Amino acid sequence: MAESTLPSALLKNADNEVIETIGADVGVPAPSRSRSLFTMLLRFALVFVVACLVWEGLKFIGGNPWRFSTVEGAWFNLLWFPPLELKFANDLNMPHLWDIFGALIQPAQRNGPPLVNVLAQAAVVTMQAALVGFLIGTLLGLVLGTIFAHSNLLERALSPYVVASQTIPILAIAPMVVVWLNAGWWSVAFLAAYLCFFPVTINTLRGLRSPDPRAVELMKSYAASRWTTLWKVRFPSALPYIFTALKIAATTSIVGAIIGELPSGLADGLGRVILNFNSEYAIRPPKLWATILFVALVGILFFITVTLVERVLTRNMRKLEG
Amino acid sequence: MQVTWFPVFLFPCFLMSVVSIQSVNKTFGKQGAQQTIALQDIELQIEQGEFVSLIGPSGCGKSTLLRIIGDLIAPTNGTVLVNGKPAPQARVNREYGIVFQAPVLFDWRSVEKNVQLPLEIMGKSPSERAARANEMLELVELNGFQKHYPYQLSGGMQQRVSIARALSFHPQLLLMDEPFGALDEITRERLNAELLDIWSRTHTTIVFVTHSIPEAVFLSTRVVVMSARPGRITQIIPIDLPQPRNFDTRESARYYELITQVREGLREG
Repeated sequence: MAESTLPSALLKNADNEVIETIGADVGVPAPSRSRSLFTMLLRFALVFVVACLVWEGLKFIGGNPWRFSTVEGAWFNLLWFPPLELKFANDLNMPHLWDIFGALIQPAQRNGPPLVNVLAQAAVVTMQAALVGFLIGTLLGLVLGTIFAHSNLLERALSPYVVASQTIPILAIAPMVVVWLNAGWWSVAFLAAYLCFFPVTINTLRGLRSPDPRAVELMKSYAASRWTTLWKVRFPSALPYIFTALKIAATTSIVGAIIGELPSGLADGLGRVILNFNSEYAIRPPKLWATILFVALVGILFFITVTLVERVLTRNMRKLEG
Repeated sequence: MQVTWFPVFLFPCFLMSVVSIQSVNKTFGKQGAQQTIALQDIELQIEQGEFVSLIGPSGCGKSTLLRIIGDLIAPTNGTVLVNGKPAPQARVNREYGIVFQAPVLFDWRSVEKNVQLPLEIMGKSPSERAARANEMLELVELNGFQKHYPYQLSGGMQQRVSIARALSFHPQLLLMDEPFGALDEITRERLNAELLDIWSRTHTTIVFVTHSIPEAVFLSTRVVVMSARPGRITQIIPIDLPQPRNFDTRESARYYELITQVREGLREG
Protein backbone atom coordinates (compact mmCIF):
# COMPACT_ATOMS: atom_id res chain seq x y z
CA MET A 1 0.00 0.00 0.00
CA ALA A 2 2.66 2.48 1.09
CA GLU A 3 4.87 1.68 -1.89
CA SER A 4 2.05 1.89 -4.39
CA THR A 5 0.86 5.35 -3.34
CA LEU A 6 4.32 6.83 -3.14
CA PRO A 7 4.85 7.66 -6.84
CA SER A 8 1.49 9.39 -7.20
CA ALA A 9 2.17 11.37 -4.03
CA LEU A 10 5.47 12.53 -5.48
CA LEU A 11 3.84 13.45 -8.77
CA LYS A 12 1.19 15.41 -6.97
CA ASN A 13 3.71 17.49 -5.04
CA ALA A 14 6.23 17.96 -7.80
CA ASP A 15 6.05 21.29 -9.56
CA ASN A 16 5.86 19.87 -13.02
CA GLU A 17 7.29 22.67 -15.10
CA VAL A 18 8.93 20.24 -17.49
CA ILE A 19 5.60 18.73 -18.39
CA GLU A 20 4.19 22.21 -18.78
CA THR A 21 6.85 23.32 -21.26
CA ILE A 22 6.26 20.35 -23.50
CA GLY A 23 2.59 21.18 -23.31
CA ALA A 24 1.41 17.78 -22.16
CA ASP A 25 -1.64 17.15 -20.12
CA VAL A 26 -0.60 16.88 -16.48
CA GLY A 27 -3.77 15.35 -15.15
CA VAL A 28 -2.69 13.23 -12.22
CA PRO A 29 -4.97 10.23 -11.81
CA ALA A 30 -6.74 10.28 -8.49
CA PRO A 31 -5.78 7.35 -6.27
CA SER A 32 -8.52 4.78 -6.23
CA ARG A 33 -10.88 5.35 -3.31
CA SER A 34 -12.43 1.92 -3.33
CA ARG A 35 -9.05 0.27 -3.07
CA SER A 36 -8.06 2.38 -0.09
CA LEU A 37 -11.35 1.51 1.61
CA PHE A 38 -10.69 -2.16 0.94
CA THR A 39 -7.17 -2.00 2.35
CA MET A 40 -8.56 -0.15 5.35
CA LEU A 41 -10.97 -2.99 6.05
CA LEU A 42 -8.24 -5.55 5.41
CA ARG A 43 -5.92 -3.87 7.86
CA PHE A 44 -8.70 -3.65 10.42
CA ALA A 45 -9.41 -7.39 10.04
CA LEU A 46 -5.71 -8.18 10.33
CA VAL A 47 -5.32 -6.19 13.53
CA PHE A 48 -8.48 -7.78 14.90
CA VAL A 49 -7.16 -11.28 14.26
CA VAL A 50 -3.80 -10.41 15.85
CA ALA A 51 -5.58 -8.92 18.89
CA CYS A 52 -7.65 -12.10 19.24
CA LEU A 53 -4.53 -14.27 19.02
CA VAL A 54 -2.73 -12.18 21.65
CA TRP A 55 -5.80 -12.32 23.90
CA GLU A 56 -6.13 -16.08 23.70
CA GLY A 57 -2.34 -16.53 23.73
CA LEU A 58 -2.14 -14.76 27.07
CA LYS A 59 -4.89 -16.97 28.41
CA PHE A 60 -3.08 -19.99 27.01
CA ILE A 61 0.10 -19.28 28.97
CA GLY A 62 -1.38 -17.71 32.08
CA GLY A 63 -5.14 -18.03 32.37
CA ASN A 64 -7.46 -20.43 34.13
CA PRO A 65 -7.50 -24.06 33.00
CA TRP A 66 -9.19 -24.52 29.62
CA ARG A 67 -12.12 -26.94 29.76
CA PHE A 68 -13.66 -27.42 26.38
CA SER A 69 -15.79 -30.25 27.65
CA THR A 70 -17.90 -27.76 29.57
CA VAL A 71 -18.87 -25.99 26.37
CA GLU A 72 -22.26 -27.29 25.43
CA GLY A 73 -22.21 -29.64 22.46
CA ALA A 74 -18.43 -29.92 22.32
CA TRP A 75 -17.39 -32.90 20.26
CA PHE A 76 -14.12 -33.40 22.01
CA ASN A 77 -12.90 -33.26 25.53
CA LEU A 78 -9.86 -31.13 26.22
CA LEU A 79 -8.17 -29.95 29.33
CA TRP A 80 -5.27 -27.52 29.37
CA PHE A 81 -3.49 -26.19 32.41
CA PRO A 82 -1.60 -22.97 31.57
CA PRO A 83 1.97 -23.04 32.94
CA LEU A 84 1.85 -19.55 34.46
CA GLU A 85 -0.66 -17.84 36.70
CA LEU A 86 -1.31 -14.32 35.35
CA LYS A 87 -4.04 -12.63 37.34
CA PHE A 88 -5.11 -10.29 34.56
CA ALA A 89 -5.58 -13.23 32.20
CA ASN A 90 -8.01 -15.22 34.32
CA ASP A 91 -11.56 -15.86 33.17
CA LEU A 92 -12.93 -13.01 35.27
CA ASN A 93 -10.73 -10.31 33.76
CA MET A 94 -10.35 -11.73 30.28
CA PRO A 95 -13.12 -14.17 29.39
CA HIS A 96 -12.53 -16.47 26.46
CA LEU A 97 -13.47 -14.89 23.15
CA TRP A 98 -15.88 -17.73 22.39
CA ASP A 99 -17.57 -17.06 25.73
CA ILE A 100 -17.92 -13.38 24.82
CA PHE A 101 -19.32 -14.05 21.35
CA GLY A 102 -21.30 -16.96 22.79
CA ALA A 103 -22.90 -14.59 25.31
CA LEU A 104 -24.21 -12.54 22.39
CA ILE A 105 -26.35 -15.39 21.08
CA GLN A 106 -27.41 -16.77 24.43
CA PRO A 107 -30.52 -15.37 26.13
CA ALA A 108 -29.81 -12.30 28.24
CA GLN A 109 -32.37 -13.48 30.79
CA ARG A 110 -33.91 -16.83 31.38
CA ASN A 111 -36.21 -17.63 28.46
CA GLY A 112 -35.63 -14.12 27.08
CA PRO A 113 -34.41 -13.06 23.62
CA PRO A 114 -30.70 -13.51 22.84
CA LEU A 115 -28.37 -10.82 24.20
CA VAL A 116 -27.61 -9.51 20.73
CA ASN A 117 -31.31 -8.67 20.26
CA VAL A 118 -31.47 -6.92 23.60
CA LEU A 119 -28.33 -4.95 22.78
CA ALA A 120 -29.55 -4.06 19.29
CA GLN A 121 -32.82 -2.70 20.68
CA ALA A 122 -30.97 -0.74 23.36
CA ALA A 123 -28.46 0.50 20.79
CA VAL A 124 -31.21 1.86 18.56
CA VAL A 125 -32.60 3.88 21.48
CA THR A 126 -29.15 5.18 22.42
CA MET A 127 -28.19 5.90 18.81
CA GLN A 128 -31.30 7.93 18.23
CA ALA A 129 -30.58 10.10 21.24
CA ALA A 130 -26.89 10.28 20.33
CA LEU A 131 -27.69 11.23 16.73
CA VAL A 132 -30.08 14.00 17.74
CA GLY A 133 -27.55 15.15 20.33
CA PHE A 134 -24.80 15.06 17.72
CA LEU A 135 -26.85 17.11 15.27
CA ILE A 136 -27.86 19.69 17.90
CA GLY A 137 -24.31 19.88 19.23
CA THR A 138 -22.86 20.21 15.72
CA LEU A 139 -25.31 22.95 14.81
CA LEU A 140 -24.62 24.81 18.03
CA GLY A 141 -20.87 24.39 17.51
CA LEU A 142 -21.05 25.65 13.93
CA VAL A 143 -23.13 28.66 14.92
CA LEU A 144 -20.91 29.54 17.90
CA GLY A 145 -17.73 29.03 15.86
CA THR A 146 -19.07 31.23 13.07
CA ILE A 147 -20.09 33.97 15.49
CA PHE A 148 -16.70 33.83 17.20
CA ALA A 149 -14.88 33.95 13.86
CA HIS A 150 -16.68 37.18 12.99
CA SER A 151 -16.58 38.93 16.33
CA ASN A 152 -13.51 39.12 18.49
CA LEU A 153 -15.60 40.81 21.14
CA LEU A 154 -18.10 37.98 21.38
CA GLU A 155 -15.33 35.42 21.23
CA ARG A 156 -13.56 37.00 24.19
CA ALA A 157 -16.80 37.49 26.05
CA LEU A 158 -18.25 34.01 25.55
CA SER A 159 -15.34 31.60 25.17
CA PRO A 160 -14.59 31.44 28.93
CA TYR A 161 -18.13 30.16 29.44
CA VAL A 162 -17.77 27.66 26.61
CA VAL A 163 -14.55 26.36 28.17
CA ALA A 164 -16.12 26.36 31.65
CA SER A 165 -19.03 24.32 30.35
CA GLN A 166 -16.61 21.55 29.43
CA THR A 167 -14.98 21.40 32.84
CA ILE A 168 -18.30 20.73 34.57
CA PRO A 169 -18.87 16.98 34.77
CA ILE A 170 -21.98 15.90 32.94
CA LEU A 171 -23.26 14.24 36.12
CA ALA A 172 -23.28 17.63 37.86
CA ILE A 173 -25.57 19.26 35.34
CA ALA A 174 -27.69 16.18 34.66
CA PRO A 175 -30.18 16.82 37.48
CA MET A 176 -30.88 20.33 36.14
CA VAL A 177 -31.31 19.05 32.63
CA VAL A 178 -33.69 16.37 33.86
CA VAL A 179 -35.73 19.02 35.68
CA TRP A 180 -35.83 21.27 32.60
CA LEU A 181 -36.53 18.71 29.96
CA ASN A 182 -38.15 15.98 32.08
CA ALA A 183 -36.56 12.60 32.47
CA GLY A 184 -36.20 10.68 29.24
CA TRP A 185 -35.16 10.86 25.68
CA TRP A 186 -34.70 14.62 25.18
CA SER A 187 -32.52 15.08 28.23
CA VAL A 188 -30.27 12.28 26.94
CA ALA A 189 -30.01 14.04 23.57
CA PHE A 190 -29.27 17.32 25.36
CA LEU A 191 -26.46 15.76 27.40
CA ALA A 192 -24.97 14.23 24.26
CA ALA A 193 -25.16 17.63 22.55
CA TYR A 194 -23.56 19.24 25.60
CA LEU A 195 -20.50 17.03 25.15
CA CYS A 196 -20.40 17.41 21.36
CA PHE A 197 -20.58 21.10 20.72
CA PHE A 198 -17.22 22.06 22.19
CA PRO A 199 -14.84 20.41 19.71
CA VAL A 200 -17.06 21.60 16.86
CA THR A 201 -17.00 25.18 18.16
CA ILE A 202 -13.24 25.46 18.50
CA ASN A 203 -12.46 23.67 15.26
CA THR A 204 -15.01 25.71 13.31
CA LEU A 205 -13.44 28.87 14.70
CA ARG A 206 -9.97 27.67 13.80
CA GLY A 207 -11.10 26.51 10.35
CA LEU A 208 -12.95 29.69 9.46
CA ARG A 209 -9.80 31.62 10.28
CA SER A 210 -7.59 29.24 8.30
CA PRO A 211 -7.86 30.69 4.76
CA ASP A 212 -4.88 32.49 3.29
CA PRO A 213 -5.33 36.20 4.17
CA ARG A 214 -4.84 36.94 0.47
CA ALA A 215 -7.85 34.77 -0.35
CA VAL A 216 -9.91 37.03 1.89
CA GLU A 217 -8.32 40.09 0.23
CA LEU A 218 -9.27 38.68 -3.15
CA MET A 219 -12.87 38.42 -2.01
CA LYS A 220 -12.64 41.98 -0.75
CA SER A 221 -11.41 43.07 -4.19
CA TYR A 222 -14.50 41.45 -5.74
CA ALA A 223 -16.59 43.49 -3.29
CA ALA A 224 -17.98 40.23 -1.90
CA SER A 225 -20.17 40.46 1.18
CA ARG A 226 -19.23 38.84 4.50
CA TRP A 227 -21.75 36.11 3.84
CA THR A 228 -20.40 35.40 0.38
CA THR A 229 -16.86 35.23 1.76
CA LEU A 230 -18.05 32.96 4.56
CA TRP A 231 -19.87 30.65 2.20
CA LYS A 232 -17.45 30.57 -0.71
CA VAL A 233 -14.07 30.78 1.02
CA ARG A 234 -14.11 30.45 4.79
CA PHE A 235 -16.52 27.55 5.10
CA PRO A 236 -14.93 25.33 2.41
CA SER A 237 -11.49 26.05 3.94
CA ALA A 238 -12.85 25.10 7.34
CA LEU A 239 -14.28 21.74 6.21
CA PRO A 240 -11.21 19.63 7.06
CA TYR A 241 -11.11 21.21 10.52
CA ILE A 242 -14.84 20.80 11.00
CA PHE A 243 -14.73 17.15 10.01
CA THR A 244 -11.93 16.49 12.48
CA ALA A 245 -14.25 17.90 15.13
CA LEU A 246 -17.22 15.91 13.83
CA LYS A 247 -15.26 12.68 14.18
CA ILE A 248 -14.55 13.54 17.81
CA ALA A 249 -18.16 14.62 18.31
CA ALA A 250 -19.53 11.45 16.69
CA THR A 251 -17.85 9.20 19.23
CA THR A 252 -18.38 11.63 22.09
CA SER A 253 -22.11 11.75 21.37
CA ILE A 254 -22.36 7.99 22.01
CA VAL A 255 -20.52 8.29 25.31
CA GLY A 256 -22.61 11.34 26.17
CA ALA A 257 -25.84 9.51 25.44
CA ILE A 258 -24.84 6.41 27.42
CA ILE A 259 -23.72 8.46 30.44
CA GLY A 260 -26.73 10.74 30.04
CA GLU A 261 -29.13 7.81 30.22
CA LEU A 262 -28.22 7.03 33.80
CA PRO A 263 -29.35 10.26 35.51
CA SER A 264 -32.12 10.73 32.96
CA GLY A 265 -33.59 7.42 33.95
CA LEU A 266 -33.92 6.23 30.39
CA ALA A 267 -34.42 2.53 30.98
CA ASP A 268 -34.21 1.02 27.49
CA GLY A 269 -30.84 2.32 26.26
CA LEU A 270 -27.34 0.89 26.38
CA GLY A 271 -26.57 2.84 29.54
CA ARG A 272 -29.04 0.82 31.60
CA VAL A 273 -27.81 -2.44 30.04
CA ILE A 274 -24.22 -1.57 30.94
CA LEU A 275 -25.27 -0.69 34.47
CA ASN A 276 -27.07 -4.05 34.83
CA PHE A 277 -24.14 -6.05 33.49
CA ASN A 278 -21.74 -4.06 35.65
CA SER A 279 -23.47 -5.44 38.71
CA GLU A 280 -23.43 -8.95 37.25
CA TYR A 281 -19.77 -8.78 36.22
CA ALA A 282 -18.44 -10.97 39.02
CA ILE A 283 -20.64 -13.86 37.91
CA ARG A 284 -21.01 -13.27 34.18
CA PRO A 285 -18.11 -11.25 32.77
CA PRO A 286 -18.71 -12.22 29.09
CA LYS A 287 -21.99 -10.28 29.05
CA LEU A 288 -20.31 -6.96 29.85
CA TRP A 289 -17.54 -7.69 27.38
CA ALA A 290 -20.08 -8.46 24.69
CA THR A 291 -21.79 -5.16 25.48
CA ILE A 292 -18.48 -3.31 25.28
CA LEU A 293 -17.86 -4.80 21.82
CA PHE A 294 -21.32 -3.75 20.76
CA VAL A 295 -20.92 -0.17 22.00
CA ALA A 296 -17.57 0.03 20.23
CA LEU A 297 -19.25 -1.10 17.01
CA VAL A 298 -21.89 1.61 17.36
CA GLY A 299 -19.15 4.20 17.84
CA ILE A 300 -17.27 2.94 14.80
CA LEU A 301 -20.50 3.07 12.78
CA PHE A 302 -20.96 6.76 13.68
CA PHE A 303 -17.33 7.49 12.92
CA ILE A 304 -17.44 5.76 9.53
CA THR A 305 -20.59 7.64 8.59
CA VAL A 306 -18.88 10.96 9.28
CA THR A 307 -15.80 9.83 7.37
CA LEU A 308 -17.88 8.88 4.33
CA VAL A 309 -19.65 12.24 4.34
CA GLU A 310 -16.27 13.93 4.62
CA ARG A 311 -14.95 12.00 1.64
CA VAL A 312 -17.84 13.12 -0.51
CA LEU A 313 -17.59 16.76 0.52
CA THR A 314 -13.82 17.13 0.40
CA ARG A 315 -13.03 14.90 -2.56
CA ASN A 316 -11.17 17.65 -4.38
CA MET A 317 -9.29 18.94 -1.40
CA ARG A 318 -6.51 16.39 -1.52
CA LYS A 319 -3.98 19.11 -0.75
CA LEU A 320 -5.52 19.82 2.61
CA GLU A 321 -5.74 16.17 3.53
CA GLY A 322 -1.95 16.14 3.64
CA MET B 1 -0.27 67.48 -19.36
CA GLN B 2 -1.06 70.08 -22.01
CA VAL B 3 -4.67 69.86 -23.03
CA THR B 4 -6.77 72.74 -24.34
CA TRP B 5 -9.90 73.59 -22.41
CA PHE B 6 -12.33 72.50 -25.11
CA PRO B 7 -11.80 68.71 -25.15
CA VAL B 8 -11.37 68.82 -21.40
CA PHE B 9 -14.79 70.30 -21.09
CA LEU B 10 -16.44 67.81 -23.42
CA PHE B 11 -14.55 64.69 -22.54
CA PRO B 12 -13.24 64.91 -19.03
CA CYS B 13 -12.42 61.22 -19.17
CA PHE B 14 -9.49 62.01 -21.46
CA LEU B 15 -7.84 63.88 -18.67
CA MET B 16 -8.71 61.41 -16.01
CA SER B 17 -5.83 59.14 -15.06
CA VAL B 18 -6.67 55.52 -14.37
CA VAL B 19 -4.79 55.86 -11.11
CA SER B 20 -4.13 59.18 -9.47
CA ILE B 21 -2.21 59.20 -6.21
CA GLN B 22 -1.84 62.54 -4.45
CA SER B 23 0.41 63.10 -1.44
CA VAL B 24 -0.26 59.68 0.05
CA ASN B 25 1.32 58.75 3.36
CA LYS B 26 1.06 55.48 5.22
CA THR B 27 2.32 54.85 8.72
CA PHE B 28 2.04 51.65 10.67
CA GLY B 29 1.83 51.45 14.45
CA LYS B 30 0.96 54.03 17.02
CA GLN B 31 2.54 57.45 17.28
CA GLY B 32 5.96 57.15 18.90
CA ALA B 33 9.15 55.18 18.62
CA GLN B 34 7.48 52.07 17.19
CA GLN B 35 5.85 53.97 14.38
CA THR B 36 7.17 53.12 10.94
CA ILE B 37 6.64 55.30 7.93
CA ALA B 38 5.81 52.87 5.13
CA LEU B 39 5.10 55.49 2.48
CA GLN B 40 5.92 59.18 2.39
CA ASP B 41 4.53 61.82 0.04
CA ILE B 42 3.68 59.52 -2.84
CA GLU B 43 2.62 61.27 -6.04
CA LEU B 44 1.87 59.13 -9.07
CA GLN B 45 -0.40 59.34 -12.11
CA ILE B 46 -0.99 56.28 -14.23
CA GLU B 47 -2.68 56.73 -17.60
CA GLN B 48 -4.92 54.41 -19.55
CA GLY B 49 -3.02 51.54 -21.18
CA GLU B 50 0.20 52.03 -19.27
CA PHE B 51 2.28 49.24 -17.81
CA VAL B 52 3.85 50.64 -14.67
CA SER B 53 6.28 48.67 -12.51
CA LEU B 54 7.01 49.54 -8.92
CA ILE B 55 10.51 48.44 -8.00
CA GLY B 56 12.58 48.87 -4.87
CA PRO B 57 14.33 47.10 -2.02
CA SER B 58 12.20 45.07 0.37
CA GLY B 59 10.50 47.30 2.87
CA CYS B 60 10.16 50.21 0.45
CA GLY B 61 6.39 49.92 0.58
CA LYS B 62 5.79 48.91 -3.03
CA SER B 63 3.31 46.20 -2.06
CA THR B 64 1.73 48.58 0.44
CA LEU B 65 1.28 51.14 -2.33
CA LEU B 66 -0.36 48.50 -4.54
CA ARG B 67 -2.69 47.54 -1.70
CA ILE B 68 -3.59 51.19 -1.15
CA ILE B 69 -4.46 51.57 -4.85
CA GLY B 70 -6.67 48.49 -4.54
CA ASP B 71 -8.23 49.72 -1.28
CA LEU B 72 -7.15 46.59 0.54
CA ILE B 73 -5.64 48.95 3.09
CA ALA B 74 -6.38 52.65 3.58
CA PRO B 75 -3.71 55.36 3.38
CA THR B 76 -3.03 57.33 6.55
CA ASN B 77 -3.63 60.48 4.53
CA GLY B 78 -3.70 61.66 0.93
CA THR B 79 -6.08 60.71 -1.85
CA VAL B 80 -6.16 57.79 -4.25
CA LEU B 81 -8.46 58.03 -7.27
CA VAL B 82 -9.10 55.11 -9.58
CA ASN B 83 -10.86 56.19 -12.77
CA GLY B 84 -11.62 59.45 -11.03
CA LYS B 85 -13.34 57.80 -8.10
CA PRO B 86 -12.03 57.27 -4.59
CA ALA B 87 -10.36 53.85 -4.29
CA PRO B 88 -13.06 52.34 -1.99
CA GLN B 89 -15.72 53.25 -4.53
CA ALA B 90 -13.65 51.76 -7.35
CA ARG B 91 -13.28 48.56 -5.35
CA VAL B 92 -17.02 48.30 -4.80
CA ASN B 93 -17.49 48.92 -8.55
CA ARG B 94 -15.02 46.08 -9.23
CA GLU B 95 -12.77 48.18 -11.40
CA TYR B 96 -9.58 46.25 -10.85
CA GLY B 97 -8.35 42.69 -10.79
CA ILE B 98 -5.60 41.56 -8.49
CA VAL B 99 -2.90 38.88 -8.73
CA PHE B 100 -0.68 37.97 -5.80
CA GLN B 101 2.68 36.26 -5.64
CA ALA B 102 0.94 33.01 -4.72
CA PRO B 103 -1.83 31.91 -7.08
CA VAL B 104 -4.34 31.72 -4.15
CA LEU B 105 -6.56 29.30 -6.04
CA PHE B 106 -9.34 27.51 -4.23
CA ASP B 107 -8.48 23.82 -3.98
CA TRP B 108 -12.08 22.70 -3.97
CA ARG B 109 -12.88 24.47 -7.23
CA SER B 110 -11.89 23.29 -10.69
CA VAL B 111 -9.85 25.62 -12.88
CA GLU B 112 -12.94 26.98 -14.64
CA LYS B 113 -14.82 27.42 -11.37
CA ASN B 114 -11.88 29.35 -9.97
CA VAL B 115 -11.91 31.67 -12.97
CA GLN B 116 -15.67 32.05 -12.64
CA LEU B 117 -15.60 33.00 -8.95
CA PRO B 118 -15.64 36.81 -9.43
CA LEU B 119 -18.42 36.47 -12.01
CA GLU B 120 -20.37 34.26 -9.62
CA ILE B 121 -20.14 36.95 -6.94
CA MET B 122 -21.29 39.53 -9.47
CA GLY B 123 -24.33 37.39 -10.18
CA LYS B 124 -23.64 36.59 -13.84
CA SER B 125 -25.60 33.78 -15.44
CA PRO B 126 -23.96 30.33 -15.65
CA SER B 127 -23.74 30.48 -19.45
CA GLU B 128 -22.07 33.86 -19.40
CA ARG B 129 -19.69 32.69 -16.68
CA ALA B 130 -18.71 29.65 -18.69
CA ALA B 131 -18.20 31.70 -21.84
CA ARG B 132 -16.02 34.26 -20.06
CA ALA B 133 -14.01 31.56 -18.30
CA ASN B 134 -13.33 29.82 -21.60
CA GLU B 135 -12.34 33.10 -23.21
CA MET B 136 -9.92 33.87 -20.38
CA LEU B 137 -8.43 30.38 -20.27
CA GLU B 138 -7.86 30.69 -24.00
CA LEU B 139 -6.11 34.01 -23.35
CA VAL B 140 -3.71 32.47 -20.82
CA GLU B 141 -3.23 29.40 -23.03
CA LEU B 142 -4.88 26.97 -20.66
CA ASN B 143 -7.67 25.80 -22.90
CA GLY B 144 -8.47 22.18 -22.14
CA PHE B 145 -7.68 22.50 -18.44
CA GLN B 146 -11.18 23.65 -17.47
CA LYS B 147 -12.00 20.55 -15.45
CA HIS B 148 -8.60 20.14 -13.80
CA TYR B 149 -8.08 20.96 -10.15
CA PRO B 150 -5.37 23.33 -8.91
CA TYR B 151 -3.27 20.55 -7.38
CA GLN B 152 -3.00 18.97 -10.81
CA LEU B 153 -1.29 22.04 -12.28
CA SER B 154 2.29 23.29 -12.06
CA GLY B 155 3.10 26.56 -10.29
CA GLY B 156 3.31 28.49 -13.57
CA MET B 157 -0.03 27.14 -14.76
CA GLN B 158 -1.65 27.97 -11.44
CA GLN B 159 -0.43 31.55 -11.72
CA ARG B 160 -1.92 31.74 -15.23
CA VAL B 161 -5.26 30.60 -13.84
CA SER B 162 -4.94 33.34 -11.25
CA ILE B 163 -4.36 35.91 -14.02
CA ALA B 164 -7.36 34.56 -15.95
CA ARG B 165 -9.47 34.95 -12.83
CA ALA B 166 -8.31 38.53 -12.29
CA LEU B 167 -9.19 39.40 -15.90
CA SER B 168 -12.45 37.43 -16.04
CA PHE B 169 -14.65 40.43 -15.37
CA HIS B 170 -12.72 42.69 -17.79
CA PRO B 171 -11.38 45.15 -15.22
CA GLN B 172 -9.66 48.23 -16.62
CA LEU B 173 -6.90 47.97 -14.10
CA LEU B 174 -4.81 44.94 -13.19
CA LEU B 175 -2.82 45.06 -9.95
CA MET B 176 -0.02 42.48 -9.74
CA ASP B 177 2.03 41.91 -6.60
CA GLU B 178 5.23 40.07 -7.59
CA PRO B 179 3.13 37.61 -9.60
CA PHE B 180 6.11 35.68 -10.97
CA GLY B 181 8.35 36.00 -7.91
CA ALA B 182 7.94 32.39 -6.86
CA LEU B 183 8.59 30.92 -10.31
CA ASP B 184 11.81 29.74 -11.88
CA GLU B 185 13.62 31.92 -14.42
CA ILE B 186 12.49 29.98 -17.50
CA THR B 187 8.81 30.00 -16.55
CA ARG B 188 9.07 33.62 -15.51
CA GLU B 189 10.40 34.75 -18.90
CA ARG B 190 7.71 32.80 -20.67
CA LEU B 191 4.97 34.31 -18.54
CA ASN B 192 6.50 37.78 -19.02
CA ALA B 193 6.02 37.42 -22.76
CA GLU B 194 2.52 36.04 -22.27
CA LEU B 195 1.59 38.90 -19.97
CA LEU B 196 2.72 41.47 -22.56
CA ASP B 197 0.60 39.68 -25.12
CA ILE B 198 -2.43 39.77 -22.80
CA TRP B 199 -1.74 43.43 -22.02
CA SER B 200 -1.66 44.43 -25.69
CA ARG B 201 -4.78 42.42 -26.50
CA THR B 202 -6.92 43.54 -23.58
CA HIS B 203 -5.72 47.18 -23.30
CA THR B 204 -5.69 46.73 -19.55
CA THR B 205 -3.69 49.16 -17.46
CA ILE B 206 -1.25 47.22 -15.32
CA VAL B 207 0.48 48.14 -12.07
CA PHE B 208 3.17 45.57 -11.43
CA VAL B 209 5.22 45.15 -8.27
CA THR B 210 8.53 43.36 -8.73
CA HIS B 211 12.03 43.15 -7.31
CA SER B 212 13.54 42.03 -10.58
CA ILE B 213 15.16 44.85 -12.58
CA PRO B 214 15.23 43.00 -15.95
CA GLU B 215 11.58 42.03 -15.52
CA ALA B 216 10.55 45.60 -14.76
CA VAL B 217 12.45 46.97 -17.76
CA PHE B 218 11.24 44.31 -20.16
CA LEU B 219 7.57 44.68 -19.27
CA SER B 220 6.99 48.31 -18.43
CA THR B 221 6.28 51.57 -20.14
CA ARG B 222 7.45 53.28 -16.96
CA VAL B 223 9.45 52.03 -14.00
CA VAL B 224 8.82 53.66 -10.65
CA VAL B 225 11.94 53.36 -8.49
CA MET B 226 11.32 53.44 -4.76
CA SER B 227 13.57 53.51 -1.72
CA ALA B 228 13.04 52.29 1.79
CA ARG B 229 12.78 53.87 5.24
CA PRO B 230 10.76 55.88 4.60
CA GLY B 231 9.20 54.40 1.44
CA ARG B 232 9.16 57.04 -1.27
CA ILE B 233 9.43 57.42 -5.02
CA THR B 234 12.95 58.47 -5.97
CA GLN B 235 12.77 58.27 -9.74
CA ILE B 236 10.35 57.50 -12.55
CA ILE B 237 12.12 56.07 -15.59
CA PRO B 238 10.24 55.93 -18.91
CA ILE B 239 11.06 52.77 -20.82
CA ASP B 240 11.25 53.62 -24.52
CA LEU B 241 11.91 50.12 -25.81
CA PRO B 242 9.89 49.51 -28.97
CA GLN B 243 6.64 47.53 -28.84
CA PRO B 244 5.92 44.70 -29.27
CA ARG B 245 8.67 43.42 -27.07
CA ASN B 246 10.08 39.99 -27.73
CA PHE B 247 13.19 37.90 -27.46
CA ASP B 248 15.21 40.50 -29.41
CA THR B 249 14.28 43.16 -26.88
CA ARG B 250 16.24 41.32 -24.23
CA GLU B 251 19.31 41.36 -26.50
CA SER B 252 19.17 45.02 -27.44
CA ALA B 253 21.72 47.54 -26.17
CA ARG B 254 18.99 49.94 -25.06
CA TYR B 255 17.57 47.20 -22.80
CA TYR B 256 20.89 46.95 -20.96
CA GLU B 257 21.23 50.72 -20.77
CA LEU B 258 17.83 50.95 -19.13
CA ILE B 259 18.63 48.13 -16.73
CA THR B 260 21.76 50.03 -15.72
CA GLN B 261 19.74 53.20 -15.33
CA VAL B 262 17.23 51.48 -13.03
CA ARG B 263 20.01 49.84 -11.06
CA GLU B 264 21.72 53.20 -10.54
CA GLY B 265 18.40 54.70 -9.57
CA LEU B 266 17.99 52.02 -6.94
CA ARG B 267 21.52 52.59 -5.63
CA GLU B 268 21.05 56.35 -5.36
CA GLY B 269 17.79 55.89 -3.49
